[in-house]
Amino acid sequence: MLAVGLVLLLAAGLGQGTTRGVLREELLLRPLPVGDVAAVFQFRTRWDADLQRGAVSHYRLFPKALGQLVAAHGVRELHLALTQGFWSTQSWGQPPLGAPAGAELWVWFQDTVPDVDKAWKELSNILSGIFCASLNFIDSTNTVTPTASFKPLGVANGTDHRLLRYAVLPREVVCTENLTPWKKLLPCGSKAGLAVLLKAERLFHSSYHSQAVHIRPICRDASCLAVSWELRQTLTVVFDSFTSGQGKKDWSLFKMFSRTLTDACPLASESKVYVDISPKNKEKDLLEVTPTPTSVHEAIVQGDKTTYAVYDLLSPMLFNTSRSLNVQLKWKRPEDSSELSTPIMHAHRYVSGYGLQTGEISTLIYNTHPYRAFPVILLETVPWYLRLYVHTLTIITKGKENKPSYIHYQPAQDRKRPHLLEMLIQLPANSATKITIQFERALLKWTEYPPDPNHGFYVSSSVLSALVPSAIAMKNVNVEESPLFTSLFPSSDGSSYFLRLYTEPLLVNLPTPDFSMPYNVICLTCTVVAVCYGSFYNLLTRTFHVEEPSRGGLAKRLANVIRRLRGVPPI
Amino acid sequence: AVSVSVVFLPGSVPADLPRRLPYGDVREERVPVSCKSPAVCTARPPRGAWEALRAVPYGDTFLPRLSRVAPGSSVCWQSCLCSQPSLLPLPQGVNVYVGKHRSALVRAGQGLAILHARLQQLLQVVSLTASSIAAALSDRVPDGQLGPDAWRHLKSSLGYEITFSLLNPDPKSHDVDWDIEGAVNHYVQPVLDKLSLVANFSVDSQILYYAVLGVTPRFDKESSSFILSAHSLPHVINPVEARLGSSAASLYPVLNFLLYVPERSHSPLYIQDKDGAPVATNAFHSPRWGGIMIYNVEVPASPQTSLPLHVDVDMLRVMEVFLAQLRLLFGISREELPPEFLVESPGNEGLADWELDRLLWAHALENIATVSTTLTSLAQLLDQISNIVIKDDVASEVYRAVAAAQDAVAELAEGHLHSAFQASKEAVTSSERAFFDPSLLHLLYFPDDQKFAIYIPLFLPMAVPILLSLAKMLREARQNKKEPTKMD
Repeated sequence: MLAVGLVLLLAAGLGQGTTRGVLREELLLRPLPVGDVAAVFQFRTRWDADLQRGAVSHYRLFPKALGQLVAAHGVRELHLALTQGFWSTQSWGQPPLGAPAGAELWVWFQDTVPDVDKAWKELSNILSGIFCASLNFIDSTNTVTPTASFKPLGVANGTDHRLLRYAVLPREVVCTENLTPWKKLLPCGSKAGLAVLLKAERLFHSSYHSQAVHIRPICRDASCLAVSWELRQTLTVVFDSFTSGQGKKDWSLFKMFSRTLTDACPLASESKVYVDISPKNKEKDLLEVTPTPTSVHEAIVQGDKTTYAVYDLLSPMLFNTSRSLNVQLKWKRPEDSSELSTPIMHAHRYVSGYGLQTGEISTLIYNTHPYRAFPVILLETVPWYLRLYVHTLTIITKGKENKPSYIHYQPAQDRKRPHLLEMLIQLPANSATKITIQFERALLKWTEYPPDPNHGFYVSSSVLSALVPSAIAMKNVNVEESPLFTSLFPSSDGSSYFLRLYTEPLLVNLPTPDFSMPYNVICLTCTVVAVCYGSFYNLLTRTFHVEEPSRGGLAKRLANVIRRLRGVPPI
Repeated sequence: AVSVSVVFLPGSVPADLPRRLPYGDVREERVPVSCKSPAVCTARPPRGAWEALRAVPYGDTFLPRLSRVAPGSSVCWQSCLCSQPSLLPLPQGVNVYVGKHRSALVRAGQGLAILHARLQQLLQVVSLTASSIAAALSDRVPDGQLGPDAWRHLKSSLGYEITFSLLNPDPKSHDVDWDIEGAVNHYVQPVLDKLSLVANFSVDSQILYYAVLGVTPRFDKESSSFILSAHSLPHVINPVEARLGSSAASLYPVLNFLLYVPERSHSPLYIQDKDGAPVATNAFHSPRWGGIMIYNVEVPASPQTSLPLHVDVDMLRVMEVFLAQLRLLFGISREELPPEFLVESPGNEGLADWELDRLLWAHALENIATVSTTLTSLAQLLDQISNIVIKDDVASEVYRAVAAAQDAVAELAEGHLHSAFQASKEAVTSSERAFFDPSLLHLLYFPDDQKFAIYIPLFLPMAVPILLSLAKMLREARQNKKEPTKMD
């Protein structure tokens, strides 16, 4: 029933859509509790064409490279995120759109794809070419097929999880070379619209940077007889404005991006900047935004009432007074209490133990809701070279054992596939749940070590998916109208919202051999052999004969000199 | 080999034609192609052969009969000869009329010699010439021997991707729309259907915004327009190409056709050739890459028109240029026709049968040359690394490639173009598969010189006493020579 409602809203929001496609760009600026500023860009391209049939080959707003990819490999849904840094939920609050450190790719394929593994391999290779990322390192040793954690976000008739592939490369470093191809997919590039702010040298001089591409089919109209394709390109960046702004929490667009906005992308049908000015701690008018926003929008986002100051770049009023838009935010008086409102759910993960033989992975999940319990799905992907002891799996909440209601465990195969552990755990109200599992470190073959093996081996973040109870009853808001990601994860009912969190990636040391050892051995043996050979050779080839001492040693000569001086005949 | 059957119209039989019909005559012509690798030189130059089948007493009915000559698997030409000008519907001064299919009308005098000469000319036009062979083998011919045209042709491949891109660098002023689907169906698809014998084609299109040329055009005061001069054209493509993107779906070479709508501040924009005259089509092509056409938008008289200005591209004008460029890139241009020749327009298909024959021929030739180069370099690799492992499947691919190549050569000699082309395609596929087999990677094998480097710690200290004693022996020998035999 909700799906129908969603569809209605979609149709209402995009009534003007033509076959040419619709582009909408949004920027959300959100001051974070500790004084950082999060900027979230989202570019939505919607195309009313059926990519799947392969008949479409004439691209307008939708990028050709991605369209061909979707058509050629039978992709139903594609989600790729490249992230540098870690979103710390505890100090920054819930992420607008979570992503694990490194590269994450999950794809739903069509049920007509004959060989999903082959399509997955080819797809990751092509994506690696498109985004200049090392996605070609995705192979069977880091690919899993989760059963419960990832559901299709678009229109789907059936969720056969065998059509899903999920992989994370936690070692991946994201930098300018990944940003440039991402920007190239935008219809306006970085020449106009909100994308002019995306200046690589500022974006990567930040605490957190995450760029993502989401492709999914959505309903074209209310009847949902035809599908449209939606491409969302999102970019989240967190600036540490507190340290760069001499201890002040004030910020402006120019300070953060060293650019200002001058116009909207001419192809966009919507171009808006949202500034989160929701009153914290019931204190109003603590902050001041200049220039005056064109409108104020109220929405319920992630279970909390949020107020946005909206700047509509398409409205002619905005650029009447000044040629460029430089949104500024000033705090009227320094916020004395820096008390953090802890998010309802947050999690940590660490590795413990000593020595290089065994260890323990511990995951801590907190539910800070005062009175409501909720279930969470935990997905752990552990590489095969950490051999998990499943019998040591313990889940403890408030000192008591917590039995998961669903466990899916797929053991690893050496050099073939990783461990996959999925559990549905009930989190009681106001509790901390500790999940521990022990492992043994495997010895790798010497060619399997990556460069710099003493740095350690990464274990990808575990994924927490939950329906978190919301603080405020959510009305059936117009999903398409509200900014950013609320429309990507529609809420199932009014009392809870979907949240996906990623924990820290782990860095585990494996027993590492001394790689110069073979050469050292060769050198040492060779030297010994050479010395022996040399002495033998000398022994065999030299002739020995007794030699008469002719002039004597130094002492004798010295004595002779003295004797000569004294006039005594030499010895 | 090209076999030409000649049908004489009544009253046109040359006096010195032997009485006995059919009468045959074979002409052979060698085309010298100097090659780098000797294997390539086995490519057969085409021979001209003709035979006069019979003198037909048909009157005006020959034209329908001629056009019915089956597009068989072998190249078979039919020529009609006539000495009476009134019988042939040819304009004055035109002596040879080449039809859409494999037929031609030739007006010859009474002598057999003139007939020979005319047929020779005809064969020059419709069959492979020395220059087109050289173009097909351009990669294997030493530099400096080829004209610029030889480099223009696309290399033979199993498939091609054709991408039409509309570049709109100024979406604020121009809202450009093109009916590319319709244009492709109307103008491009018939040509590609005809060409589908040669390769697989896929067509797609895209619109790119804010894509600018790499050169700032010069303002010309006289015509109050902007000018791109010919010498700056090579710099135009690079920044655009970065935006074009490569195809995700296949590995075939891409042919790019760009339609550039100049910015409002730079329009109208015209291309000037080397002499300074504007190019009529306002387009240029880049060899083996594609073509660019500049499409100027008429500036409305009143400056009050609201921007963006909606522009619908006239696809007929654009596709005329792009199709001409496509023909050029495939090397099916009509080159240097003798003055008394008239060639029938190929119509909507854009390609006459005999042109397709020539293309097939050239591609088959090029494929065979590619196979021989690939296999030669594979053999060289095997010579270099003695302990390389050739798996059975690689070996069978090599055998298959050699067999198919020989097959192609034989079929080509017979004149069976289609089967020769198919065989050459198979040969290319097999040889490439063998050459690019992952087990044949050069780096998989440990080079010998590095093995020696590892054993240097052994060899170096062992060499020291040997060298020292050698030096000592030399010194002693020299001393012995200086003071010969001083025995006690």
